[in-house]
Amino acid sequence: MAFIPHTEEEIQSMLSTIKVDSINDLFDEIPDNLRCQSLDGIRSGMSERDVSKMMQQRAHQDGLPSCFVGAGAYDHYIPAAIWDIVTRGEFYSAYTPYQAEASQGTLQVVYEFQTMIAALTAMDVANASLYDGASGLAEAVLMSVRANRKAKSKKVLIPDTVSPVYRQVVHSIVHNQGIEVESIKYDPAKGSIDTENALPTAEKFAALVIPMPNFFGQLEEVHKLTDWAHQQGALVIALVNPTALGLFEAPGNWGEAGADIVVGEGQPLGIPLASGGPYFGFMACKMGIVRQLPGRLIGRTNDLDGKKGFALTLQAREQHIRRSKATSNICTNQGLMATASTIYMALMGKAGIKQVAQQCYFNTNKVKQELAALDGVDVLFSDAHFHEVVLRLAVDVDVFLDEMATKNTIAGFNLSQAYPELEQTLMICVTENRSEEEIAQYLGDFKTVLEKLGQGQKA
Amino acid sequence: MSQIPHELMYTKSHEWIRTEDDGSVTIGITEHAQEALGDMVFIELPDLGNEYDATEECGVVESVKAASDIYAPLTGEIVALNEELEDAPELVNSDPYNDGWLFRMQLAAPDELENLLSAEDYEKSLNEEEE
Repeated sequence: MAFIPHTEEEIQSMLSTIKVDSINDLFDEIPDNLRCQSLDGIRSGMSERDVSKMMQQRAHQDGLPSCFVGAGAYDHYIPAAIWDIVTRGEFYSAYTPYQAEASQGTLQVVYEFQTMIAALTAMDVANASLYDGASGLAEAVLMSVRANRKAKSKKVLIPDTVSPVYRQVVHSIVHNQGIEVESIKYDPAKGSIDTENALPTAEKFAALVIPMPNFFGQLEEVHKLTDWAHQQGALVIALVNPTALGLFEAPGNWGEAGADIVVGEGQPLGIPLASGGPYFGFMACKMGIVRQLPGRLIGRTNDLDGKKGFALTLQAREQHIRRSKATSNICTNQGLMATASTIYMALMGKAGIKQVAQQCYFNTNKVKQELAALDGVDVLFSDAHFHEVVLRLAVDVDVFLDEMATKNTIAGFNLSQAYPELEQTLMICVTENRSEEEIAQYLGDFKTVLEKLGQGQKA
Repeated sequence: MSQIPHELMYTKSHEWIRTEDDGSVTIGITEHAQEALGDMVFIELPDLGNEYDATEECGVVESVKAASDIYAPLTGEIVALNEELEDAPELVNSDPYNDGWLFRMQLAAPDELENLLSAEDYEKSLNEEEE
């Protein structure tokens, strides 16, 4: 497909038609203090070669640390074939072309992606992907309120065990739409929802979000919570880690009737760690509420000659047809990332994803047991966990992390920042991508730094 | 010219209204509306028991060409739905005035019926629309 930029003449003619002097004037509602005025670190007129060298040098300043932090993004091994295939010319575009007559290959990949996500989550239908897991959860909250008019409530319950970042994003997106988010406290002993005592009883609500595993890596009582929400006339939004689905029950099979909407961050499926992304969100639902699902949907159909083909479907949900009444203002997908994850899932298969999940569990558990034996380390919460382990340290967590960073290690996530009541807690995660050598080095450094800082404290 | 039965009443937004013996009214969309929209693929009806003001949106008809809102022509409560449309939305195309009815309302203000169009007035408004 050709992408032809506008000529200077065309731009001037368009600007004069709408009576604007320059393109910048179109953005004058963005306040000055939010604008990046200049790139001080880059002198003007640099050649491509110079810029490229400078950027490489700066990227290398990060070093190549061993990563023992999860907290929502996971360092998994990405087989070389994936990005080799994704960067082929047929796929590598900033734009996902949807015209059925010109884009059968792209549409088929997206259709395969949807099929795999539906299979992984045990749901009826999945969309073509969203921007990321956090905005995906916000879309799921909006969808649940639309799909559950019977509840006559715009309240959605989100436990405090959902990632604090996700809860902030949900707040930003839904609070001006009249939707009320109510939190559910977690049991400080277990790190998960106390289903006996903590569930609200009084008012109606449209949906309950169930994270699995939750932000602390703990396993919520998904069957019990699902049935409870359904008994209250609410929908269930499952917020899941896709790797974890290799080991645990898929949301479509939770409780008597299964979750109604499933959403999650797709990064663990073949997308490299990068601050700020691009990542992608996945979203699936029961067929009965598909007309409330946001985002693009590709369907399989037959053309006039009876040949199999692929096309956008159920477009009346979308902005270009329904305008302000669309299910969402998302009318695209995170195409390249979804393509990478489709290849990842195809390459790994059901057995491969299960092996990754098992190895992550094994590594994290092994490190947990070794660290638990150290003086100055306590393991919090219950034994049933995946990916994350929460530790209480006898020393200051930030100082500990800085000290570990000098040993080229990202040693964990300072959990006390997001949960002040969990004082001096460090959350760690050990994926399958950490070698035995890296793990041994980590355990050794952990002990050394802990002892060094501990002695400092006593003195 | 599409069919505009004399015994019915109409709105400018192309709904038809029939008063029933028990005082309720049955509502659907006109033959002209279904012709303009094309083949129906999905009808989103209001919930039973919901109350609407006259001209308030209460549902959606989705065709292969477009999705359009259905408006409650009168103030009242939804007392019956044409549940067959769930599996057979094409009834709105094949028989808009009978089997393709959408829902029934119990009126809160029966004098609003006077605001509706007669068949003649509706036909006039269609002609004006075309001009």
